[in-house]
Amino acid sequence: MSAPAVVEIDDLTVAYRQHPVLWDIDLTVRAGALTAVVGPNGAGKTTLVKSIIGLVPVAAGRVRVLGRRYREVRREVAYVPQRGSVDWDFPTSVIDVVLMGSYGALGWIRRPGARERAAAVEALEKVGLEAFRDRQISQLSGGQQQRVFLARALIQNAQLYLMDEPFQGVDARTERAIVDVLKEIRTKGRTVVAVHHALQSVPEYFDDVVLLNVRKVASGGVEDVFTEENLRATYGGRVPFLQAVAGQGEP
Amino acid sequence: MSLGELIGLVLTDYTIRTVSIGSAALGAVAGALGCFALLRRQSLLGDAISHAALPGIVLAFLLTGSRAMPVLVLGAALAGWLGTLVVLGIVRNSRISEDAALGIVLSVFFGFGLVVLTLAQRRPTAAQAGLETFLFGQAATLLEGDVALIVVVGTAAVLVLALLWKEFKLLTFDREFAVSIGLSATRLDLLLTGLLVAAIVLGLQAVGVVLMSALIVAPAAAARQWTNSLSVMVALAGVLGAIAGAGGALLSSFASGIPTGPTIVLIATGAVGFSLLAAPERGLASRLVRDLRTRRRVQSDGVLADLYALACQHPGRTGHPHPVAVLKAMQRTRGGVERSLRRLEADGWAREVQPGEWSLTTAGLARARDGFRAELGADAPPVTGQRR
Repeated sequence: MSAPAVVEIDDLTVAYRQHPVLWDIDLTVRAGALTAVVGPNGAGKTTLVKSIIGLVPVAAGRVRVLGRRYREVRREVAYVPQRGSVDWDFPTSVIDVVLMGSYGALGWIRRPGARERAAAVEALEKVGLEAFRDRQISQLSGGQQQRVFLARALIQNAQLYLMDEPFQGVDARTERAIVDVLKEIRTKGRTVVAVHHALQSVPEYFDDVVLLNVRKVASGGVEDVFTEENLRATYGGRVPFLQAVAGQGEP
Repeated sequence: MSLGELIGLVLTDYTIRTVSIGSAALGAVAGALGCFALLRRQSLLGDAISHAALPGIVLAFLLTGSRAMPVLVLGAALAGWLGTLVVLGIVRNSRISEDAALGIVLSVFFGFGLVVLTLAQRRPTAAQAGLETFLFGQAATLLEGDVALIVVVGTAAVLVLALLWKEFKLLTFDREFAVSIGLSATRLDLLLTGLLVAAIVLGLQAVGVVLMSALIVAPAAAARQWTNSLSVMVALAGVLGAIAGAGGALLSSFASGIPTGPTIVLIATGAVGFSLLAAPERGLASRLVRDLRTRRRVQSDGVLADLYALACQHPGRTGHPHPVAVLKAMQRTRGGVERSLRRLEADGWAREVQPGEWSLTTAGLARARDGFRAELGADAPPVTGQRR
């Protein structure tokens, strides 16, 4: 492997009440690539992403980000939680949510100023929401909410973007807009790891893929590991979208 | 007593001024902090803390023999904290959910508090007299030193809130993201809950343990209806809390025998009720108006569509009139046919050819056709073309 590893996971095990959610995961994410994490419901996809940034207690194993512990490289990582994890009726505006992406760099007590505002507006332009900057967030559609979260991650100006279901419940136009942003991130040599549900778009959107079902089934380049056999192993024979893969995966 | 006389008294009477300032400051702090309790869905926590404080107050008195406010407040704060910790402990170490844990702590601590209060009142000395006012509060008993304590601690609480504004805001809106950028959620939780405990115990003498949580939740709930900005909401809740606090304190001071807590709650609840009804956008009244407008619109669109369907039966004769009875039969589930026709007439899309008989105008035809095109794409039936 030529590119250096952005995320290195060794023997990671995570459990909730003795019930293993992730079991003995070894994983390397290479820099400058778009990596999808796929697997059935309850496979531990979200937990995998959260364990990288220390949001869940780890039972065993080691996680390194950019070769260091996460809390030493926080500024280099942008996390995009699931859209449904927050209350969108919270009294605040679009630009305020985007500005939250600057809080980490600002540190305690300091407030965002003109420079942060300019960055936030620029990020909103990138995701096509510049006209919504002063809109109350409860008035946004699902796709717009997702793009607000994406804009918040963009102003963090990170090396690694961790996204939990960025395409969940968004319309086709938003999906294209998000993909464009992801590809722009990649052009700058940055890395994206995204939990993803729609198997049919994996080969089109992503370079690498991690097939996960509590254990890691396979990981690597999409053309190498996104095969019918691996998908059957991941989804237990009931693969939701096999036809699209059949043509290009297996020889 | 008229309002003018009342204001005169507040300005001239030293005791009344002290009581009003204390209650207003208390209401302002409680209202501002209450916004975070409300948005963090911790409204019930305030109720549990205030009830849990009762045994602390009584035990502090029994142990020290003093009824000085700082002593009792300290006892209340310790008991309130202990109650909060017990709630957290139950939630972490059992399968009991948070609301049940809050209920358990509230009733057990409050019950125990009532028992020790009864015991304290059986003591032969007179020193315990007035302890029972902590149940429902009596603002008139506030002394100058008590008010000073409220103002100093309240100012400190507001200052902390202002300094850590963006941290508290982010923690409340998106906890996981807050943790991901390095904020210590546990410490911020403790701090915010600590501020809430401070506001609650400061208010126990004036408002009482039973109803103190209303002064936390009600101003915040009312303020939320009027604004979509957190800073405006907090400021507004502070003002509403101050009004409810001062108003309740004054009312209870003049009508002898009425405890302060209930009067404050009545004022604050009035504000909530009015806000829920009348606030623009979120209020019930504006929602009803919007719903009614939408329904009328759907009705008149339906009549327009029916007139169009009828017109399609008479190709080339756009002015052919159709009786209202026919339209009513076609619209039997929606109703409001006459009103819809008048509305279409006002918009210039339909006209009454002769009494009780209607047809589309040319503009109405075009509009109906555009509407169908938008919905059905190119499959909209042509109006003037051949019938199939």
